[in-house]
Amino acid sequence: MAITDQDISLSASETLTHARRVDEQRKTRARWALLSPALILIGLFGLMPLSVTLVYSFLKPGSFGGVEWVFSLDAYVQFIAQRDIFDDTLSINWSYLSIFSRSIGLSLGATIGALILGFPTAYFIASKPADQRNFWLFLITLPFWTNLLIRTYAMLLIIRDQGVINTGLMSLGITEAPIEILYTDTAVFIGLIYSYLPFMVLPLYASLEKLDLRLIEAAYDLYASRFRVLTNVILPLAKPGIVAGCILVFIPGLGAYITPELLGGGKKLMIGNLIAIQFGSSRNWPFGSAAALILMAVVMVALLLYVRHSTKEGRSHG
Amino acid sequence: MAKRYDLRRQTGFSQVAWFCIFMLYAPILLLVLFSFNDNRSVVKWTEFSFRWYTEAFANEGIRAAAVTSLKLALVASVFGTIFATMAALATTRTRPYRGMNLAYAVINQPLMIPEIVTAIASLSLFALIKQITGVTGIGYLMLAHTVFCIPFAYMPIRARLEDMTLTLEQAAADLYASPYRVFWEVTFPLLIPGIVSGAMLAFVVSLDDVIITLMVAGPGETTLPIFILGAIRRGITPEINAVSTILLAVSILFVAVFFLFQRRNKK
Repeated sequence: MAITDQDISLSASETLTHARRVDEQRKTRARWALLSPALILIGLFGLMPLSVTLVYSFLKPGSFGGVEWVFSLDAYVQFIAQRDIFDDTLSINWSYLSIFSRSIGLSLGATIGALILGFPTAYFIASKPADQRNFWLFLITLPFWTNLLIRTYAMLLIIRDQGVINTGLMSLGITEAPIEILYTDTAVFIGLIYSYLPFMVLPLYASLEKLDLRLIEAAYDLYASRFRVLTNVILPLAKPGIVAGCILVFIPGLGAYITPELLGGGKKLMIGNLIAIQFGSSRNWPFGSAAALILMAVVMVALLLYVRHSTKEGRSHG
Repeated sequence: MAKRYDLRRQTGFSQVAWFCIFMLYAPILLLVLFSFNDNRSVVKWTEFSFRWYTEAFANEGIRAAAVTSLKLALVASVFGTIFATMAALATTRTRPYRGMNLAYAVINQPLMIPEIVTAIASLSLFALIKQITGVTGIGYLMLAHTVFCIPFAYMPIRARLEDMTLTLEQAAADLYASPYRVFWEVTFPLLIPGIVSGAMLAFVVSLDDVIITLMVAGPGETTLPIFILGAIRRGITPEINAVSTILLAVSILFVAVFFLFQRRNKK
């Protein structure tokens, strides 16, 4: 049989596509081989634990911690209602609901506080000459990378009755007795702002840095006051940063453990402490698991709202 | 642009910024200052001394906790960084492929979940494993720390890789270098700043962890932060200030190195 040119070129291109396919397969295999240690480790010890928590939340507590393998919805029921020990009727139990709403309230309050402090700070940094901005950002981020426990402890030293603030006020004769700050909601509120302020400043800075000065100039040309420029031009343009910063402060604030533990004195509980106690002295692992899942659900809702908001924003700005 | 009218100025903003810096640093500086105070009361300044440092170093519990902390941070940051580097190589500089977004989400999963949830979930799983196999030890803590170190190491390594073009690697391949040689002689040396940054972050994050360690740690597995937490609960002593200052210094040193390498990254 005669071999034509066409045949040769056809088989050549076939070999080429075949070679390409083999190459693709080799690449895919290499990729997943590189990914596998990280994925397997996180899958086994990051995702698996969450499914164990899900299962545990539907079991009965063991008498010495751990669980008894009997299906039960008690953990979730316990969260909102209490069972009368005599006639088995259910009534609303406010104690856990109030801890939950306290946590949300404190975290929201701290978010607003951090925004009020963080916005001017981010704006201040963004209006510095470009070569100085990195230094200022470094100053803001450095505390975040230092130990949260130690920073909270440092705050405790300052606001306690014998701390710098109170001894200062008393020696100046402004107050006679120390102002009680430690072990109150105020202390937790201050502590949360102090802990998560860097999270607010960074995204705000990222959006303020890109601010178009010509728009501000145009507003001034049209006789806007400084305040109106702020509220009608700068704030709307910084909105993505504001939303991102608020999410980044609200979520860790909601699950905070160390701050309420040290500054709230273990009496002013937040969800984080409630969960931890169930795995410690209260020995009710199913209830702790259920509370953790409820916390996670709230966080997921906040994140989803954020994602939806940011994609909508992105679309409307083209 | 008109110089006489500062467009960017807003009344009171710089004062708020200075207040924030003051609020962020004043407590830490006071803590450091009082760690050098020769007085038990932790309030009144008397005299400069290293007394609490020598006492902290002499404390058996603190020494043991420091060793545990270092061992843990070393293992977690080394393995976390290796795995993060591998994952970063597979998820950058490539056309999107099936499963890439999923892989990305899994790698970042430890950052998305509140730490207290991760802590009790890990405790639950490890308790189950312990019950079934009977194996105990510090291995569980090492596993838990490695898991949350991976995303922290991954971020700067990925950022570094995305800034690197493929041209040098392609040139090496054109000159008949084997993929093995291309990686070790071209990619890896270029990637070192990212890897060092990632390792620094992972080390600091592991060294500073409280909540996950508190839940997962078995008896006798006390790290420095756990020791400090226990000491604060028992009552405030100047020794805590000294230990805290040392831990702060280590974190700041590592983060400073991180920022240095980040700056070199950008150049």
